[in-house]
Amino acid sequence: MNLEFTPEEVAFRKEVREFIENNYPEQLRGVGAREDLGKEDMLAWHQILGKKGWSVPAWPEKYGGTGWTPTQKYIWSEENARMDTIMPLPFGVSMVGPVIYTFGSEEMKAKHLPGIRDGSVWWCQGYSEPGAGSDLASLKTTAVRDGDHYVINGQKTWTTLAQHADWGFFLCRTDPNAAKPQEGISFILADMNTPGIEVKPIKTIDGGHEVNETWLTDVRVPVENLVGKENEGWTYAKFLLAHERSGIAGVARSKRGVEKLRQIASTELLEGKPLINDDDFLRKVSQLEIDLTALEFTELRTLAGEAQGKGPGPESSILKVKGTEIQQRLTELTLEAVGHYGHPYFRGFPEDGSNEFPIGPDYAHQAAPSYFNMRKTSIYGGSNEIQRNIITKMILGL
Amino acid sequence: MDFNFSDEQTMIRDSLARLLRDQYDFDTRRKVVSSESGWRPEMWQQFAELGLLAAPFSEEDGGLGGGSIDSMVIMEEFGKALVVEPYVPTIVCAGGFLKHAGTPEQKSEHLEAIIGGERVFAFAYAEPRGRYDLNDLETTAKKDGDAYTLNGHKAVVVGAPWASHLIVTARTSGDRRDKDGISVFIVEKDAKGVTTRDYPTVDGRRASEVYFENVSVPAGNLIGEEGKALPLIERIVDEATVAICAEAMGAMGVAHKQTVEYSKQRKQFGIAIGKFQVLQHRMVDMFMEHEQSISMTYMATLKLDEDEVTRKKAVSAAKVRIGQGGRFVGQEAIQIHGGMGMTDELAVGHYFKRLTMIDSEYGNVDYHMRRYSRLSGDDQAMAAE
Repeated sequence: MNLEFTPEEVAFRKEVREFIENNYPEQLRGVGAREDLGKEDMLAWHQILGKKGWSVPAWPEKYGGTGWTPTQKYIWSEENARMDTIMPLPFGVSMVGPVIYTFGSEEMKAKHLPGIRDGSVWWCQGYSEPGAGSDLASLKTTAVRDGDHYVINGQKTWTTLAQHADWGFFLCRTDPNAAKPQEGISFILADMNTPGIEVKPIKTIDGGHEVNETWLTDVRVPVENLVGKENEGWTYAKFLLAHERSGIAGVARSKRGVEKLRQIASTELLEGKPLINDDDFLRKVSQLEIDLTALEFTELRTLAGEAQGKGPGPESSILKVKGTEIQQRLTELTLEAVGHYGHPYFRGFPEDGSNEFPIGPDYAHQAAPSYFNMRKTSIYGGSNEIQRNIITKMILGL
Repeated sequence: MDFNFSDEQTMIRDSLARLLRDQYDFDTRRKVVSSESGWRPEMWQQFAELGLLAAPFSEEDGGLGGGSIDSMVIMEEFGKALVVEPYVPTIVCAGGFLKHAGTPEQKSEHLEAIIGGERVFAFAYAEPRGRYDLNDLETTAKKDGDAYTLNGHKAVVVGAPWASHLIVTARTSGDRRDKDGISVFIVEKDAKGVTTRDYPTVDGRRASEVYFENVSVPAGNLIGEEGKALPLIERIVDEATVAICAEAMGAMGVAHKQTVEYSKQRKQFGIAIGKFQVLQHRMVDMFMEHEQSISMTYMATLKLDEDEVTRKKAVSAAKVRIGQGGRFVGQEAIQIHGGMGMTDELAVGHYFKRLTMIDSEYGNVDYHMRRYSRLSGDDQAMAAE
């Protein structure tokens, strides 16, 4: 047991840091969040990484993965967090990509993996429905075989950033008479330009437009868009969720967030002295940092296990629960730190993108929206209660 | 980065686990802790034969060439079986002082006897008014020719009834709370002027109040430099803190496992209570606390040899999480066991008691949270300069 970095790992960190510093787009530096960015900006870093061969580090090398060790991946995420980079979106890279290379046909791999790698194709996720949230298997969207096509009808919801999407992956019911709800589901890909797909925005409590309703009316997709076998989509869906969870802890980003919180609290004053010197406030920051250390070393242990061929198993549920709790507490404390200047609402005022009328310090502008927005994290990806159900069943055996 | 145990460490764990399973079952332990002596010197001898007492010492010092990771492995197993024998005071504390600062004479006088299991130490550092501050000392040691004269009162010296020797912290100069002027001595318990009041502790161990009245200690028994011992004491206490964190992670794992098992057996309203989601989620939270305690104990153990600020922050962070996690796991274990959890006959209550006492040993959650916060401030100030 040791925590040392090898000379090769130190050299790797240097290489990565220099690459990010030399290649990260100027216009995105200091932006921090993807909030309100356009499609091109959101894809910019992904496309640069695609050219470098670093856009899908976790994939098997034969599909374009980097073959990095867990320690190298840890260094990679730390260095990206250091520069607040806008990372590739998960829907292609971490979700549908692994499903396609694991369960898809050779033709499907050849057609879709390159676009995910190079960041030219934007994917969205059609899982949840108005009546199927945590109980995902109760989904009602149907796909009916008609010659060489499936005809899809139904409604998906919470389709994140579908307004930009080129392709979507949808869970659809192909056997309404299956014995168990999980058994009649298929995993189908669809070009978002297919007639019958309609995306409608959902405005969320932070004022943003991140998620959508996606309506599917007599959408005809070719049968070759079926992933794997008909009626076995639930297996692929669960596989995807386990992959999604393993990256969800967000340790490096939260560490960076604590640094920023400390800076804010060193600027804000309480009784004429920096807020960070207040015992009550400092204690909350310390507790957060200590809990983050516990998460970090739990993730490192998990990664070490994965390198030896274990997982990602149900232990990744711990990372999801604790990681999201910490992200939420971080935004909560940041909002607390900015005091009065958490109140002003800037979206569309005086007009989007305008900076001529600054109110309060810059660091306060996103404090409340971020806090409101991050409440989603304990709900998505399988709510934190669902994660506890998974541990109950898979680890405690209850 | 590497989280694997060496073959030697795995071997120590396996052979110790076997010994404890065969000879340290819960009923045997109950009889031992309520016996007159409260421990088993013959068990200590078996620990010596297994090499546990030699594990963390260098080969030069007569040990097996291991270190803190070996102690962690051993302490986790001790935590699983609620072992009461004085490994931390003798091996981690006294052994640590000798290892880090002992003279060749002191090492040859004591280390062989410690490693062989013939000599047991206790660590007398706490005082009635000092709480967890290692520098808050009213015990004095005055230089008098070739000897020091000790006067004072040490509180709750764990393992002292079984010890022949004490490691004592005392003030050789300065005022009560000064950081300077602190020294460390080896004191034979039967030295003239040492008196003790022995008693059991709530978690099944034994301790003493130790009084020093004009006790003459040869100058050769001073460990390290006179008046400059605080950094050394802090280091040893950090090592001991991490050792009991490992003990806590062992105890937490068992308390959790026993609770899950009980919830499968115990039926109410016609079904096993483990089928109730409200209890399932609490047992998952216990599981997560235990996992994070393992992570924090590894983290702190691996950072013991880093610079002082890094080490102290790591140890305090671990002790905060273990204090909080231990309380949560212990309290929930009792609650989910229901009335049976309140009985002395079930092991789970004994795990709860040990976990509770671990929080207030070597500084509780509040103490370590404060130490962590202050060190973070120092960190920030250093980074700003």
